[in-house]
Amino acid sequence: MASQGLGKEQSIQDMIAQSRNKKGKKFIEKLMPILLIITALISVLTTLGIVFTLIFETFEFFQRVSITDYLFGTEWLPFSGSEPLYGVLPLILGTLKVSVIAACVAVPLGIAAAIYLSEYASDKTRRVIKPILEVLAGVPTIVYGFFALTFITPLLQQLIPSLKIFNALSPGIVVGIMILPMIASLSEDAMSSVPNSIREGALALGSTKLEVSLKVVLPAALSGIVSSVVLAVSRAIGETMIVSLAGGATPTFDFDVTGSIQTMTAYIVQVSSGDAGYGTTIYYSIYAVGFTLFVFTLLMNLLAQYISKRFREEY
Amino acid sequence: MVELMIKNEENKTVKTSAPFIGEGQKVFEKNTVFQSKNFNLWYGDHHALKDINLDIKENEVTAIIGPSGCGKSTYIKALNRMVELVPIVKTNGEVNYRGRNIFGSDYEVEELRTRVGMVFQKPNPFPKSIYDNIAYGPRIHGIKNKKILDEIVEKSLRGAAIWDEVKDRLNQNAYGLSGGQQQRICIARCLAIEPDVILMDEPTSALDPISTLKVEELVQELKDNYSIIIVTHNMQQAARISDKTAFFLNGEVVEFDHTDKIFSTPRDQRTEDYISGRFG
Repeated sequence: MASQGLGKEQSIQDMIAQSRNKKGKKFIEKLMPILLIITALISVLTTLGIVFTLIFETFEFFQRVSITDYLFGTEWLPFSGSEPLYGVLPLILGTLKVSVIAACVAVPLGIAAAIYLSEYASDKTRRVIKPILEVLAGVPTIVYGFFALTFITPLLQQLIPSLKIFNALSPGIVVGIMILPMIASLSEDAMSSVPNSIREGALALGSTKLEVSLKVVLPAALSGIVSSVVLAVSRAIGETMIVSLAGGATPTFDFDVTGSIQTMTAYIVQVSSGDAGYGTTIYYSIYAVGFTLFVFTLLMNLLAQYISKRFREEY
Repeated sequence: MVELMIKNEENKTVKTSAPFIGEGQKVFEKNTVFQSKNFNLWYGDHHALKDINLDIKENEVTAIIGPSGCGKSTYIKALNRMVELVPIVKTNGEVNYRGRNIFGSDYEVEELRTRVGMVFQKPNPFPKSIYDNIAYGPRIHGIKNKKILDEIVEKSLRGAAIWDEVKDRLNQNAYGLSGGQQQRICIARCLAIEPDVILMDEPTSALDPISTLKVEELVQELKDNYSIIIVTHNMQQAARISDKTAFFLNGEVVEFDHTDKIFSTPRDQRTEDYISGRFG
């Protein structure tokens, strides 16, 4: 192992040893993990910070309004001067109306699109369609909001004359369109990752392509599909601009989807963009509503995790 | 070919149970399950099977041997038209199953595959319970009655010699089983729709020796009721379990004869070179 052709009388092993003994190298080896931990902690600390702020201000809110009035009250009238009412149920119901309508639009369409892309489309078609679908996910939500207000609502009014300008139906449909690519794309990923050998096994038993798609691939990918749906619905719950623009600002406690509503997020926008002074009950109420929203999306995420474990078909 | 057919007539080792074939026909015709006539297959420009002429008989184990890339897997995948999953495949010539060309335009591929089952190289159970794996085939073909399904599941699992190992855990996921057990589940899944022919594409190449032995024993039992065509890399396996052996090389059938003949007195020099381990 001599130093042939290197010109100097130094073996390669010597050079390696020299390099290993450099001080800087050892220092960097020690320093890097610390830097990496810090970057990881930034997001954790931010989350904790947000949760603490929410809890702190929410606690302040419940000093002024009783928690049972908040949770079980059916009227949300924070601006009615002398006797404001803070029953959150109308806001929750508004959010649920929009989310349920969105899910009714996005789940069947998204899963159908995923089945098409994963099982039927040729590689060429998939390469064209999937990016287009994902462009939908990149459209700013304010654009969707105007789309709901100025296009979908008038269109729906042709069909349902009693539909108000601000209603739950139109933003619900548009939120559904917004989350559709998420469901389609994530479900397609889940279905594409089902091994081909399983499809072949089903085909070899005389299954048609549709039977393979619906009875073998779909159940095998179910955990991925369900978690995509739950993630998408939790996005629908948190959606703000579309419902602020097209949903209106009238919290109502009924199951009518043709009239004006207000969602939790839209209320927060309304107060934030208005002139509620710091320290007023209304100011604290947005934290309480924000905390409620946070609990909702947290529950949805936990549900997604539970479902994806519960329904996992291992392969 | 003619020579082979006469041999069959003399030996008459095979059963003549096919009820739908007229009495006036000759013995060798009664027994033919698959008849390939000048069958050619291309993957794009690659000519993978060249003028294949083979007659495969009922209630026999036919082994197909040959080095990698010789077209043996392609050939059995042509028999249930699984080759068509590759979009660039072109064929010409005929493969007749019970006298009907399976590549004919009026032959429905699903119908063919209910008659001609397949067991793959790697065990590929569905990610479902053991019960649902076996019941899948009968279910998609319209059998919904729970009692009948229960019977089919038990019969198929017994038929694949795995009933005793799994009878207490029919509701567990098939992926919890060992590789050898999974392969027998796949065989049971295939038996559940009572096919006529079972194609096996190197069914033991992913298994340990003991599981291999079990599958080989099973093949011996199954040939009483099924015609089996098995592709194998393992020449000892072909010698142990098959009645006839076809030796494929570069997409052609070099030799097809009774297994003992192929392994004791092959007619073609290339067959002899291959079975004595000089190449492949």
